[in-house]
Amino acid sequence: MNKMKILSKLIIIFLFFQNFSLAETSQQVDKISKNLRCLICQGQSVYDSQSDFALSMKILIQNKIDEGKNDEQIYDFLKNKYGEWIVYDPEINKNTLLLWVLPLILFVFGGILILRKVSIK
Amino acid sequence: MSKNIKLISIVLFALFSFFILLKGLDKSNTYSPSIDKSKIDFNFKAKYLFSEKEVFLDELLKNEGMTLINIWASWCSPCKDEHAYLLKLKSLNNLNIIGINYKDNENNAKQFLSELGNPYTNIITDPNGINSIELGAFGVPETYLIENKSKLIIKKFIGPLDDKSFIQLTKIIQ
Repeated sequence: MNKMKILSKLIIIFLFFQNFSLAETSQQVDKISKNLRCLICQGQSVYDSQSDFALSMKILIQNKIDEGKNDEQIYDFLKNKYGEWIVYDPEINKNTLLLWVLPLILFVFGGILILRKVSIK
Repeated sequence: MSKNIKLISIVLFALFSFFILLKGLDKSNTYSPSIDKSKIDFNFKAKYLFSEKEVFLDELLKNEGMTLINIWASWCSPCKDEHAYLLKLKSLNNLNIIGINYKDNENNAKQFLSELGNPYTNIITDPNGINSIELGAFGVPETYLIENKSKLIIKKFIGPLDDKSFIQLTKIIQ
């Protein structure tokens, strides 16, 4: 009787940790898939989408995590196949320079406008 | 005077936006990186259709010349439309055509091929879609022309093959 109790406790503990580790990896899948653009469904991330493409992508990310790849390696793997466009966070390069610099230019321009208004008064 | 300038600039801006949006309408929605940049690793394992055996896709590309990889499924109706082109390519050039059966039921796939003919030299399965992602695919149908020696994608067709892509393909292969 006592043995049974211990055994059942052990099983419960085992199941608890099993679930716990599962939850942890799927959290990592969620985190990565939130940063990926679903390329065939506009305006949605892979995380949000239920399309075939996105569902497969989530399985693939899980597989890569199981293989021991880190986030950066998974992003690089997908960038190599689908291009820079698949990640939501664009790198600074020749094509995206304007994107990064434009807010700065607007900020400076607005600052100049305000300064001029103030100094006129 | 300054009112005129304001009006003109508003009209110009509206025209500018209009033409940008108009141009955007013609652009394809699927963005794909230039082929020469993406290096695909064909070294992944997949199960043959109608058999329990597994194979590395690499091993199916090991002869001279070129290989056509076609992603298809029996439930995808554009795949039916392009099937005639694949059969024609097969008979014209005796091309090595590898099919990737995407998220499909084996019985339905069998029926599809017995009804429409089988252009494929080998067919591997992709039950959960991850093999297609290894190739950089978006879905079905999709077709890749690969040079076996360099393992480079020479041509990529997203969506079903048509007259135009068929002519392009035969030109490259011959």
